[in-house]
Amino acid sequence: MSAARITVGTADLDHPLDLTSPRLSVEKPAVRYDTQGDRTDSDRLAAAMAAFSQDFGRDAATWLESCIHCGNCAEACHFYLTTRDPKYTPIWKLEPFKRAYKREAGPFAWLYKAMGAKSKVSVAELEEWQALIYDACTLCGRCTMVCPMGIDIASLVGLARHGMSQAGLVPHELWAVSERAAREGSPLGATPKVLKERLAWLADENEVDMHVDLPQAEVLVTFSSIEIMKYPQSLVATARVMNHAGYTWTISSAGYEATNFGMLAGNAEWQKRMTMKMIDAAIACQAKIVVLPECGHAYSAMRWQGANMLGRPLPFKVLHVSEFLAENIASGRIAVTTVGRSVAFHDPCQVSRRGGATQAPRDVLKALGVELRETRDSGDLNFCCGGGGGVIANHRADEIRYKAFVIKMAQMDATGADEMVTSCSNCRQSFDDGQSHFRWDRKMGSLLELVADHLAGPEGIGATARQVATAP
Amino acid sequence: MDSLTLLAFARGPMLVIAIAVFVLGILWRLFHLLWRPSKPDLSEPRSTAVVRGALGAIVTRMWHHKTFRERTLAGTLNAYAYHIGLAIVFFGFVPHIAFIERLTGLSWPAVPGWLFATAVAAVFVGLVYALMVRLTSPVLRLLSDFDDYASWVITILPMITGMAVLSLALDSPYPAQPLYPAPLAIHLLSVELLLIWLPFGKLSHAFLVFISRGATGAAFARKGASL
Repeated sequence: MSAARITVGTADLDHPLDLTSPRLSVEKPAVRYDTQGDRTDSDRLAAAMAAFSQDFGRDAATWLESCIHCGNCAEACHFYLTTRDPKYTPIWKLEPFKRAYKREAGPFAWLYKAMGAKSKVSVAELEEWQALIYDACTLCGRCTMVCPMGIDIASLVGLARHGMSQAGLVPHELWAVSERAAREGSPLGATPKVLKERLAWLADENEVDMHVDLPQAEVLVTFSSIEIMKYPQSLVATARVMNHAGYTWTISSAGYEATNFGMLAGNAEWQKRMTMKMIDAAIACQAKIVVLPECGHAYSAMRWQGANMLGRPLPFKVLHVSEFLAENIASGRIAVTTVGRSVAFHDPCQVSRRGGATQAPRDVLKALGVELRETRDSGDLNFCCGGGGGVIANHRADEIRYKAFVIKMAQMDATGADEMVTSCSNCRQSFDDGQSHFRWDRKMGSLLELVADHLAGPEGIGATARQVATAP
Repeated sequence: MDSLTLLAFARGPMLVIAIAVFVLGILWRLFHLLWRPSKPDLSEPRSTAVVRGALGAIVTRMWHHKTFRERTLAGTLNAYAYHIGLAIVFFGFVPHIAFIERLTGLSWPAVPGWLFATAVAAVFVGLVYALMVRLTSPVLRLLSDFDDYASWVITILPMITGMAVLSLALDSPYPAQPLYPAPLAIHLLSVELLLIWLPFGKLSHAFLVFISRGATGAAFARKGASL
């Protein structure tokens, strides 16, 4: 194991850290394009319909046929609740998808076509629809919790995005970051070179061991680009926790980016490419565990969809970092000291409600001895931060996103907790942006960083060992 | 066609046609759904109790989460009122039981007259309330299509035509010969219209509800997520 160092100054000049702006994203381009590629309308429509057809599987068809038009889903959606605009009713966001199903693949498709009872979906409708399924849906799935028919609307929106992506009808900024992620390996420019420089700088600055590209390790650690570029202390916290727990662990410069903007944009090919990088990296270092960062959609993409991308069960265990912390605290491998403050926890929708790991962060907070103050709607029924599903990357959605965030602010304030923490850097970014927009006097923190700051022993704050170890 | 011939038609060939369309329509819907491709999920399940998850979702989704109570209670209670009312009217009224007995040989005790009358009132009030909400709520107006209004009309029609047939005390025995053949024939035809429409429109939620809730319940159980 050799050590590589780089000075703080050089890394900072080449790729300056942006620790002050409320969020990271592509700035509004001079010219807005909400279509990609130079294609005819009929080509776009054909591509969308072909992709839709592939997604009309058994579950999707069941849900698409089952809606009773009760409108209850509106009452669960933060975008509807804060605007009272009926077009934000979750199931309405799927109307063209539903119509395409009924006309092209439903049980009476032949009858509808013969009678002309359902008109064809047009490109103009899909363009109009773009704002509903990308700007006004964070895929949070709260609507699923209220639907009397149990329709999983968020899953359907995720499927519908496939057709939109195939048709080149993705909001520009979301498409741009997704394309960049597919091309460079990171949506925010956190290329392997940038990552290594960041790690070297962070190891030096924070006096912590970092392990990069080890040929073999028990644990492969992954990050979100948002952490790498905006919340680098999360990288430090991860290293401290791993060192404290005593695992052989590594970061792989071939597969470190866990966010999956391909999935959010609806591009299945990009999604697979991004996922496979991590899977290949884990297989290469014979990892037994892949730890996913504080990122909600990263959890969905790898924990619940990774094996389907690979085409066989994953040869390693996948844990969100909050699950990793909970398991290792329970086993005694991680020891923590008491925080002694009250905390309000914001559940990342994809980890809790849609991921099944709702209890893990609560177990961690309990071990930290905090007084957990739950929001009025918490756990599986929490409100989304408003920025999930790629919405925060899309400037066009800012206005309704801020409106939705008002619910979150009010609920957090109502807890009266000393501090707020979450286990998703994208949520954290949404909170930072909301804080800046509303001049809110609260700051969202990280569960992982809270643990790292309260490790019992030398890896806590003030640790002395420091080096970046890389493969020979 | 005189009224007795019309009644014979409604009780005979039209009833057979309606039941055939009803049964075959439902079978076609189920076959079409269950025959569709379903990719295997290769992710490591957090729980393998997917059947329990599916059954659990079917049961628990019969009532809303406390979180949503404030916003959905009125609609839920109303839906229960007219659904239960319809069941009591259809299965608990003396002439209906006699009709079913003639077709299947099965019979059971009728509900008391006061309960039947309450059920009829619940169905009328509930359906009218549901329509009023649909017509006045911006969300429901946007969502509603021909199917919603047609289904409403087809559901309330047997209730209206049934009222026209009521000529005896509610607890009286079913007469061997109908007192008013024409209204009875129209009542039967309206029920047959309901049977024919059910597999095609939103009334199919009567059986899709189990599949839809079950599919989501199983998927969530696999992830260890609550529904």
